[in-house]
Amino acid sequence: MSIAFVVKVIPLYIKAMGLVLRLCFFGGIFSLAVGLACAIVRYYRVPLLRQLAGAYIELSRNTPLVIQLFFLFFGLPRVGIKLESFTCAVLGLSFLGGSYMAESFRGGLEAVGKGQIEAGLCIGLSRFQLVRYVVLPQAVAVAIPSLGANVIFLLKETSLVSIVALEDLMSLAKDLIGLYYKTNESLVLLVLSYLALLLPLSALLRFTERRLRYAGFGN
Amino acid sequence: MPDLGISVLVQGAAMRRLFLGLLVTARIAFTSVALSMFFGVLAGILMTRRNPALRFFCRMYLEAMRIIPVLVWLFIFYFGLSRNLRINLTGEAAAVLVFILWGTAEMGDIVRGAVTSLHKHQYESGYALGLSEAQLYRYIIIPQAVRRLVPGAINLATRMIKTTSLVVLIGVVEVLKVGQQIIEANFLKSPTASFWVYGFIFFLYFILCMPISRLSKFLEKRWQS
Repeated sequence: MSIAFVVKVIPLYIKAMGLVLRLCFFGGIFSLAVGLACAIVRYYRVPLLRQLAGAYIELSRNTPLVIQLFFLFFGLPRVGIKLESFTCAVLGLSFLGGSYMAESFRGGLEAVGKGQIEAGLCIGLSRFQLVRYVVLPQAVAVAIPSLGANVIFLLKETSLVSIVALEDLMSLAKDLIGLYYKTNESLVLLVLSYLALLLPLSALLRFTERRLRYAGFGN
Repeated sequence: MPDLGISVLVQGAAMRRLFLGLLVTARIAFTSVALSMFFGVLAGILMTRRNPALRFFCRMYLEAMRIIPVLVWLFIFYFGLSRNLRINLTGEAAAVLVFILWGTAEMGDIVRGAVTSLHKHQYESGYALGLSEAQLYRYIIIPQAVRRLVPGAINLATRMIKTTSLVVLIGVVEVLKVGQQIIEANFLKSPTASFWVYGFIFFLYFILCMPISRLSKFLEKRWQS
């Protein structure tokens, strides 16, 4: 181990960690939006949209992100759709994450009892109010542990974005191994960087989960 | 002449080569899934033991496998082992090894979950009926545990099949790499080849994984107790 080398490359790792976090943030937000939309469409059995959402979920869950990224980054430009690396990565992550989020939301929505909905209708809530004030708050509370697990999953999946020519942790480590032949230092820093990102996130998730349990949600 | 990129797929040996590439993917996937299932059951049984040291070790192993992305493990085994221990694994061997280690951890957790989710009274009733330990496991515990773990195990299998696509990043020539080669060989003749070839591989993975995940969902619904 060469300490001097480690000190020299740490800023590079921190920069790459920033990129990973940005990707995870945008991918997570868009996944949540896509997932929520799909779950609601399926829950209320909106015709046509429901089938579309179902097909999308099947397609997204049964193909690997690697292929999705290859297709987005190398396939699409050839038919005239050119996307930037970062857009591509976020798009790929959202496409993948959306279906996982949709399944989590679905679990939450299904956990809301019929009595709650009927009670809401009884006191004269409109359909929108019913969703906004009765169904969603409970569904989200139930779904939070699994939504959080999906965010962690997405963060781990960002390790593939070197495919679309982004300088993330993986490609940084690979470059450093290639350039300086400092395999051990690069790999140790790589693992430490991922731990530094993932451990606090999973601790936060566990904390939230416990809080929700006290609040009486999500058993 | 209009450019028909899709014809790249049927020209010459392209289709045959893609399927040979798919065979490599299938070989990696099959070996790792089969061995993971086997070792996973053993690991799961170990995880249910009450020995605190063993428990701690299993927990650490599972967390390490879970929290660090599989691609990082691939890098560690592919680049790290050759440098430190002078073990030069081929990409494929490193991949299979990593997938087995990862799959064993995940499968172990599924088995542990299935066994510990059985109520204590199942054991107690069995003993109360005068069954021996072998009989208890043979007739009461294993049939119920299997029902609870099979859907999860099948789900894990599809996840592992999808994860095999990572091996292209450590230089294994499988279906995706073959696709790349075909695209590069036809780069000047048909520039839209990449759209069709990657689209085709996308579709291949889909028809490989969809039936399996459907089966998992079906079993889960059917065996719901």
